[in-house]
Amino acid sequence: MSETLIKVVNLKKYFPIRGIFFTKARVKAVDGVTFDIRRGETLGLVGESGCGKTTTGRLILRLLKPTAGHVYFEGKDVFKLKGEELKKFRKSAQIILQDPYTSLNPRMTVFEIINEALEVHKMKISDKEEFIVNWLRKVGLEKHHLYRYPHEFSGGQRQRIAIVRALVINPKFVILDEPTSALDVSVQAQILNMLKDFQREMSLTYLFISHDLGIVKYMSTRIAVMYLGKIVELAPADELFEKPQHPYSQMLLASIPIPDPEYALKKPKVRVYGEPPSPINPPPGCRFHPRCEHVMEICSKEEPPFIEVERDHYVACWLYAKR
Amino acid sequence: MTIFPTKKVIEVKDLHVHFYTYAGVVKAISGVSFEIYEGETFCLVGETGCGKSVTSRALTRLIESPGRIVKGRIIFYRDSGPVDIMTLSEEELREIRGREIAYIFQDPTAALDPLYTVGYQIAETMVAHRTADWREAFRKAINILKSVIMPDPERRVKNYPHELSGGMRQRVVIGVSLSNRPKLLIADEPTTNLDVTIQAQILDLLRKLKKNEQMTLLLITHNMGVVAEMCTRVAVMYAGKIVELGPVIDVFKDPRHPYTRGLLRAVPNPLGKVERLESIPGTVPNLIYPPPGCRFHPRCPYMMEVCKSKEPPMVDLGEGRKVACWLYVK
Repeated sequence: MSETLIKVVNLKKYFPIRGIFFTKARVKAVDGVTFDIRRGETLGLVGESGCGKTTTGRLILRLLKPTAGHVYFEGKDVFKLKGEELKKFRKSAQIILQDPYTSLNPRMTVFEIINEALEVHKMKISDKEEFIVNWLRKVGLEKHHLYRYPHEFSGGQRQRIAIVRALVINPKFVILDEPTSALDVSVQAQILNMLKDFQREMSLTYLFISHDLGIVKYMSTRIAVMYLGKIVELAPADELFEKPQHPYSQMLLASIPIPDPEYALKKPKVRVYGEPPSPINPPPGCRFHPRCEHVMEICSKEEPPFIEVERDHYVACWLYAKR
Repeated sequence: MTIFPTKKVIEVKDLHVHFYTYAGVVKAISGVSFEIYEGETFCLVGETGCGKSVTSRALTRLIESPGRIVKGRIIFYRDSGPVDIMTLSEEELREIRGREIAYIFQDPTAALDPLYTVGYQIAETMVAHRTADWREAFRKAINILKSVIMPDPERRVKNYPHELSGGMRQRVVIGVSLSNRPKLLIADEPTTNLDVTIQAQILDLLRKLKKNEQMTLLLITHNMGVVAEMCTRVAVMYAGKIVELGPVIDVFKDPRHPYTRGLLRAVPNPLGKVERLESIPGTVPNLIYPPPGCRFHPRCPYMMEVCKSKEPPMVDLGEGRKVACWLYVK
């Protein structure tokens, strides 16, 4: 269980904002994140919009070129892969995107969409039609759906097609980038359960990106909390919810509306205020310090180290670090 | 906690709204009835396309072509006495909209005019309803921004919408809607586009304003967590109908309609430990050809023979609870 599949080391991605002649500024979307993903687990990545969670996912898959840092997949540096090895990596690591309305080609039938994945990765299958129909059945679609176009399907059905497309080539690792945020709750539960089942059957490793903490907790083994391009806390899922250590995690957890009206009456009050600042000019020191209740002098001067406060529980906060 | 206020603010009786599209007539709302009492927060909750937004817009006849309110009565209890919104002229209606019934929509960027400062837009609402002249309205705008907890209101009042963040824009929209101290505030998914920490702040603001201004709030949302934290009473909608209605604590503790049960079990509670979410099989039906009988029957685990052909009546369960399901018909 605890074998490392993916190692991310000091990964950075800055996007330039171009002026007329020169680069005016750079958006520090991801600014030095380090973590590992263990084989068979689901690592949840949570944070608010613009915190860099999607960019992190895309960097791991080498869909973007990093400004600095490394990603190791089964020990190999992903950004140095070439030729056959790169193809092998592309087959092992897949992504399921948020919006099934834009991630499927409207001019291709379901058969063509899924078959393309098989062709690209040169899967040898004797009866493709039967093979694909079997897969469609696993996600609750039928044979008569095979030659239909994406617009004929509902959002939930489209996301099922996207799931088949990602899993049909038998990957080891899948990034789920907000896979249910475009869907209604009753359909969301179907998709999440399906993803859990596939994980067990195919021993998949997931990176689950979402802003919905309830879902992240349901899906994840461990959770990483991101704020403005950095990971501020990383802990086993239950532990993070029981004893969040970083003031930002505490604020985030206190902000979730709990679907229990009796709990709402006695909910502990954590002061929630302020908005995330711009990632172009992030605050110096700890990036959360302008919104933090426990702010100390050092917080605005030096960046806090990412330290292990308890077994497997990491926090980047001066409250827990010794100088 | 459960209060049963007696004074009605608005009453909807047997509302039907259809949309006449090329594909056919979409029966978006079919026979919705409810009332909202003074001082409460009433919630309409449901999934996409269940008709919750259409219902809220129908309250002041904000239904545009190809949509039409085909049947129903909407009684609004003004200070001067009850009126039927359906029989008012467009002119009389404009008096009510923005003054006595105000809206907050989901997307604050679309709700604000990019060419005017936010101060102008808040002032405009007051001037349009003749509750203040321009000079006074501009002065009041600063106070309104203060009341929606906008940082640095004296400066912000001169800002254009693009200079503000999403959370701040939503504060401005709330400010605009509050400027005439409406009797009924309708908030249609006011926090759906916002991040959770901003959402928490906006919900907190709405709660405070409601308390200070003694306003009545109609909140439309798809988020069960928001319902639980904000509402007094809740109506669950499915495919253009209300399927269950009651005080929020009772409905969450003991949901009666199979759809409400399914919906509540499909949302992971971040505090609890859930091994497996229960999902509702199938999808929301097409409202051009809604299923006959109970509209939920094709997805219902308790489906009986009668459900397929006959529409269930709204059964009064007492203590303010109602459910539209054959399981409760004696």
